[in-house]
Amino acid sequence: MADHKNETHGYYTGDIHNQFVVEHHDPKSKKVIWKTFWILLLITIFEVGIAFAPIAHDVLVAIFIILTIVKAYFIIAFFMHLKHEEKSFGYTIIVPFILIVYFIGMLITEGNYISMMGGLFN
Amino acid sequence: MAAEATVKQEAQSASMWKGGKSPFNVSWGKMMMWFFLVSDAFTFSTLILAYGTMRHRFAEVWPKANDVFTHFPFYDGHIPLAYVALMTFILIMSSVTMVLAVDAGHRRDNNGVALWMILTIVGGFMFLGSQAWEWYHFIHGTPAGAYVMPNGDVYKVAENAYHLHHLNPPNDALVSPLHQVVSDKAVIADIKSKAEHIHGANLTRNEYGHPLFADFFFFITGFHGFHVFSGVIINIIIFLNVIAGVYKRRGHYEHIEKTGLYWHFVDLVWVFVFTFFYLV
Repeated sequence: MADHKNETHGYYTGDIHNQFVVEHHDPKSKKVIWKTFWILLLITIFEVGIAFAPIAHDVLVAIFIILTIVKAYFIIAFFMHLKHEEKSFGYTIIVPFILIVYFIGMLITEGNYISMMGGLFN
Repeated sequence: MAAEATVKQEAQSASMWKGGKSPFNVSWGKMMMWFFLVSDAFTFSTLILAYGTMRHRFAEVWPKANDVFTHFPFYDGHIPLAYVALMTFILIMSSVTMVLAVDAGHRRDNNGVALWMILTIVGGFMFLGSQAWEWYHFIHGTPAGAYVMPNGDVYKVAENAYHLHHLNPPNDALVSPLHQVVSDKAVIADIKSKAEHIHGANLTRNEYGHPLFADFFFFITGFHGFHVFSGVIINIIIFLNVIAGVYKRRGHYEHIEKTGLYWHFVDLVWVFVFTFFYLV
């Protein structure tokens, strides 16, 4: 099937669904994989390290959430290869999570509020 | 020049949308895997959100994770976070072997794919084993246990409240649900006479504190562990296909990429579970 090369990058597999397979073979890909691995590992070690540092709890939580998002970015962008897909596809995947951010704001507020009221069911 | 480029771009985008190929330049199988993962991510988000809501609701009595997950294999002491950091390392490592399998697939290196797939499967089993070990210790609890009052208040034994050790509580002291040391002997005797002595956690009782902590722990790490388990099964099927030469004959290794997406997603979810269950 490899001889049915598409003019841009990739080839048709020629199966019933006329599937288009995109090839992203990059000689530097192994380097990127290991670099991503080291970044994820160092962030995790750093997180465990500062968990016991004398830092205000709220600041610590903020640092952890930011680092979690950084780790998530590296996994999605490089391990899951989303950075090398079409931009529009990336937005299609990522943008719906704005709803989750909104949801977090609502439900955490709700949790605090129920706590302030002394509970709903007791 | 700019106008020319625009015209060329328009022509290209017109051919992109006229049918026969994906406007996203991605195969339908991979796209559907991504959409499944988006919906699965929403499911996990709602679980973690419910956890966050209840944690804020019971903020003052919520157990400190550093008091709960303190065990480490072959070590008889208190090392918070180390074990779960090890689990995180195992999962990140198996993500790396998975992405190396995908990379080998791009080079049509059948043996390379098989090697990296088997390492990914081993990593998956190591993670599942670690999780079983962690559940075992959480369910069985500590020898000292805790005292549950009829109204549900959990009085921990001071030796298990590691975050209060700097106060040097007396040996027989208890720790109230609000994380205060109770060292008055009469009060301790009164609590012990009314309360039930429990060890470990299940869906209704939790020696580490509020029972909801245990419920969310079992549900979220269980749901994640089930994803890891299904991922391992899928990886085994793909591995068997690889050694049978299915993808070699087919001429491409796209299936490896699709299972790879699922496997990285499992790793991604763990990153969030790690932060919200163990770190904060």
